[in-house]
Amino acid sequence: MGIGFKLDFEKNLRLRIGEIKSDIGVLKNIEVSIGKVIGEEWAEEIGPTPFPSIVDLREWDFKLLQRYKPFYMPFCDLCCLCTFGKCDLTGDKRGACGLNMTGQQSRIVLLACCIGAATHTSHARHLIEHLIGKFGRDRPLDVGGLNVEVEAPITRLVCGVKPRTLGDLEDILGYLEREIVRLLAATHTGQEESNLDFESKVFHAGMIDHVALEIADIAQISALGFPKADPEAPLTEIGLGVVDSTKPVILVIGHNVPPAAAIVDYLMDNGLYGGVEVTGLCCTAHDVTRYNPKAKIVGPISWQLRFIRSGVADVIVVDEQCIRADTLIEAQKIRAPVIATSDVNCIGLPNRTGDEVNKIVEDLVSGSQPGALILDPAKAAEVAVKTALLIAPKRMKFKSLPDTSDVVEGAKNCRKCDDCRRACPNDLPIKEALAQALNGNLDALASLYDECVGCARCESACPINLPLHSFIIKAAEKKLKEEKYKIRVGRGAIQDVEIRSVGSPIVLGEIPGVVAFVGCANYPRGGGEVAEMAVEFAKRRYIVVASGCAAMSIAMHKDEEGKSPYEAFPGVFDAGGIVNVGSCVSNAHIAGAAIKIASIFARRRLRGNYEEIADYILNRVGAVGVAWGAMSQKAAAIASGFWRLGIPVIVGPHGLKYRRMLLGRKDKPEDWYVYDARTGEKVYVGPAPEHLFYAAETKEEAMVMIAKLCMRPNDTTRGRAIKLSHYIDLHKRFFGTMPDDVHLFVRTLADVPLTMRDEVIKILEEKGWKENIIPDPTLLPRLVRRRVSG
Amino acid sequence: MVKMSTARQTEPWQSAEVPGPKKALLINDPRIVLALIKRSKNPILIVGHRAAEIELSGGQLVDYIIRLAEAANLPVVSSPSIQGEFIRRGFKRIIGMPVVDIANRLTDAGWAGLNNKGQHDLALLIGFKYYVGWLILSGLKHFSPNLKTVSLDMYYQPHASWSFPNITREEWEKNLNAIISGLG
Ligand code: SF4
Ligand code: SF4
Ligand code: SF4
Repeated sequence: MGIGFKLDFEKNLRLRIGEIKSDIGVLKNIEVSIGKVIGEEWAEEIGPTPFPSIVDLREWDFKLLQRYKPFYMPFCDLCCLCTFGKCDLTGDKRGACGLNMTGQQSRIVLLACCIGAATHTSHARHLIEHLIGKFGRDRPLDVGGLNVEVEAPITRLVCGVKPRTLGDLEDILGYLEREIVRLLAATHTGQEESNLDFESKVFHAGMIDHVALEIADIAQISALGFPKADPEAPLTEIGLGVVDSTKPVILVIGHNVPPAAAIVDYLMDNGLYGGVEVTGLCCTAHDVTRYNPKAKIVGPISWQLRFIRSGVADVIVVDEQCIRADTLIEAQKIRAPVIATSDVNCIGLPNRTGDEVNKIVEDLVSGSQPGALILDPAKAAEVAVKTALLIAPKRMKFKSLPDTSDVVEGAKNCRKCDDCRRACPNDLPIKEALAQALNGNLDALASLYDECVGCARCESACPINLPLHSFIIKAAEKKLKEEKYKIRVGRGAIQDVEIRSVGSPIVLGEIPGVVAFVGCANYPRGGGEVAEMAVEFAKRRYIVVASGCAAMSIAMHKDEEGKSPYEAFPGVFDAGGIVNVGSCVSNAHIAGAAIKIASIFARRRLRGNYEEIADYILNRVGAVGVAWGAMSQKAAAIASGFWRLGIPVIVGPHGLKYRRMLLGRKDKPEDWYVYDARTGEKVYVGPAPEHLFYAAETKEEAMVMIAKLCMRPNDTTRGRAIKLSHYIDLHKRFFGTMPDDVHLFVRTLADVPLTMRDEVIKILEEKGWKENIIPDPTLLPRLVRRRVSG
Repeated sequence: MVKMSTARQTEPWQSAEVPGPKKALLINDPRIVLALIKRSKNPILIVGHRAAEIELSGGQLVDYIIRLAEAANLPVVSSPSIQGEFIRRGFKRIIGMPVVDIANRLTDAGWAGLNNKGQHDLALLIGFKYYVGWLILSGLKHFSPNLKTVSLDMYYQPHASWSFPNITREEWEKNLNAIISGLG
C-alpha cells in the first residue's frame, strides 16, 4: 500500500468526521479501514493530530512563542533573496515585498531548518530504500527485542501510526517530504508576514526532522544488527592515535552508513578484515562502529583535515553531510583516491557506477583518475578495498604535513598582517605563535591545537599561502599520537524498562534531570569543555545522554586513572550514566525517551496526540539539550524538534549565529501561569524552564543554566529541593554567589534544600516571597479535569 | 588618542563579519565617549566574560571596568561567570545576567531598566568575544530604536552606534585610561 493511499486516507478520514454523526454506516466503514491501514493490533485511540499539517499545531507553537519570545540578532542588515533586492531591512525598514527584519530573520531560520529536515529525510529515504532493496519491505523492525515495545515513539506521536516493517517506514517518508515542500514554499517572497508564523513553521520543520531521524535510525538498527538498546554496547577506540598506520587504511566520512557497512562486509567475506583498517570521521564513524565495533573512530567532524593531511588514509570514501567541500583537493595532495557514494555529494567525479570494478580500481591506483562516483554501496566497497590494498604500498603514507624546517621558514616569511587571525573563527593568535616558531620552538603553535576547529580559514586568508593549519598539526604531532581513547558504541534506543524505572524519579524531580550533549564540533574552546560538562552532570547523578560529534568529544578525555568517561560511567539510562545513543539520527532516541516517559510511565495516549505529550514534557520532564558546538542546519532542525516538544536547548557562543534565541522573561510573572488540571485555576509556577533556546558565553554559564533549566512545574518538593541544591551549588562554585532568582523557584518551604535553608530563607524574606500551591500543570485548557495518572 | 592609520582599522575585526549599510561611527577621540556618557540620562555598562581574561598593564580589564563604572556611577551587568570577579574586588553592586537576557530586555520598551529608572538610552559594551559582541550589537541596532550603543572593545564593531577602530592593546589601554580620568 503506497503512501499516497495512506495520506489520502488520513485526509479523507478527517474530512469525513462530520459525516460520522449523521451516518453510522460510514463510521463503521471508516473504523474498519483505520484498523486495516494504520495498525491492525493497535487499540489505542487516535489523537487529534495524526500526520499534522503545517498549521495543525500552530496554537501550541504560539503558546510556546508567547512565553519564549524570539530575540533576533540579524547576521546581515540586508535581504537578497529576490531581484527586488537587495533590500535594506535595518531597524523598522521594510523590503520591496513588505517584509521586515523579524520576518526575514525567522524566514532564514526556517530555511535553515528546512535544509536540515530535508537532509535527514533524504538520508532516511536513501537508507530505507537501500535496506528494502537488500532485505525486503517486510523485514520487521526490531530496535530492542522484548525490551522495547514502543519502537517508534516519535512516529507514533506525530503520525499516529505504528510501523512494523521497513516498508511501513517508507510510507511515512511521503508525509515528511510533503511537509518539507510546504514549509519551503512558505519561504518564497510574498508568503507569510508574521515572524511568529515563520517560527511556528520552524517548529514544524523540527518535528518533521525528528520523525526522519527516528525512521532512519530504527531502519538501520533493525536491518544492520546495530546494538539494540544495549546499555552495555561494546567499547571501541577513538582518536588519531588509534589508527594502525602499518596497514592499508580506508577512511569513511559522513553520515549514511551503507557504503561503510559494505566495506566491512567485503573485508569479512574475503577474509581480509584483520589486514585493513576501517576508520571513520563524523557520524558514519559512529554507525560503522555500531555495525562492527572493531572499526575505529578518528574523531568528530573537525578532525577531517588533520587526519587527511596526516597521509594515513589510503582511500577516502565519502557519503553525505558535513563533508568538507575540498576533500578531493586535499586527498590529491596525499595521493589518496576518493570514492563518492551519494547522489547528494558527487564532488565533481565521473559516475562509474556502471563500470567494471577492476577497471575503476586500475584508474584509481594508477592515479589516472583522482576518484570515482559509485552509487552502488557494494561496488563502492569492493573498489575501496581493492584500491586500498594496491595503493598502500605505492603511497607509503604520503602526507601533506610540513617539517619543522618548513614551519620555521614560513615564520620567517610571515608579513605579520594578522589576516589569519582575523579569519579564524576562534580568534587564535596565529601570528604570535608563528613568531615564536622562528627559533624552532613550536610549543606556542601546538598550544593552539585544542581550540582549533580545523577549518583552515587562516590558510585561505594568508596572503603568502602559508599552510597554517598544517603548521599547528605539525607542532602538535606528539599530542596527536597520544590521542587514544575509548568510546561506547552507540546503543540506539532507551529500553521501556529503563523508562519505567526512571520515569517516576524524573517526573517527580528526584533524578535532577536528563542532559543531552548533542551536535557538531564548532566549539569555542575545544571539545574538552563538553567532556567536562558531561562528567560534572554524571557525577551529580543526572542522566547524561550524548550523540554525534559531542558524544565523540566526551570520549576524548581521561580522568586521573586514565579512563575515558565511557569507561568511568555506565551506559545505562539512569542516574549517573553516560549514554551514547549514536549518530545524528540517533538523536531521535533522546526525544523518544522523553516521549516514552509520558506514554509508558505516565500512560498518556501517544497516538497522534502531539500537543498533550509536548505539554506533559514541558511541564514535567526535566530534560535539556546542550549543543555546545552546533554548526549545521541539521543541528538547527534537531533543536527545533526539541523546542516544539518543550525541551530547552543551550548552545555555545557560536550558536548565537543561528541569529535568534527563544527567551523567557522571569521578570514578567504573568508569563509563568499554568492551569491546574485539577481545578482549572491559573497558578503561578515560576520560570520553569526559563528559556527554550539560549546561548551561553562560557561553559560555566552553560552548566549553571543546565541545572536551572531542568526545573519543571511538576517537581515534587523533594525533587525541587534536589534540583535547587544543584543549581545553587553550581552557581556558588562558578559564579561565587547565591543566585538572585532562587525565590522564583521556591513554591513552598519544603522546596528549600535542607543544607541551604538559612541562606535561602533569608533571600525569600528579602524578596517578599509568598507560598504558592503546586498544581497539576498544563498549558492546555482542554486537559483541565481530565487528570490522568502521572 | 586613537590615530587612524589605515582603512583596515574600520573594517570588521573578523573579516567576514560585514554588516550592511548602517555602520558604527568611529570613536577617534575618547572625549566622544565622555560626551555620550555625560549626555545620557540612563546609561548601562554591559561586560562580557573576557573582562576577566584580558591583562592590561594596570591589571585585568575588569579592574579598568570597575574604575570606569565608579567614575561615571554606571549600573553594571556582567556575564554571570565573572560577577564573582567584581565582588572579590569590592564592587558589590554588580548584577550577573547572561548577555542574551540583558540584550533581550533592552529591546523591550516596557522594561523598567536595571535600576527601575525606565528605558536605558545608552549601553556601553566591553569584554566580549568579537562575534558575540557583533551579534548582540546587531540585535540592539535593529530592535532597540531608542538605544545608543558604544563598543569599548579594541575592535571595530560595525553594529554599534559608536565603536573604537581596530587598535592595539596599548592604544586601547590609553583610551580607556583617558575615558576613566575624563569622568573622574
Ligand atoms: S524577498 Fe523581499 S526583502 Fe528580500 S530582496 Fe526580495 S523584496 Fe527585498
Ligand atoms: S584552522 Fe584552526 S587556526 Fe586556522 S582558522 Fe580554523 S580554527 Fe583558526
Ligand atoms: S596571514 Fe600569513 S602573513 Fe599574515 S600574519 Fe598570518 S601567517 Fe603571517
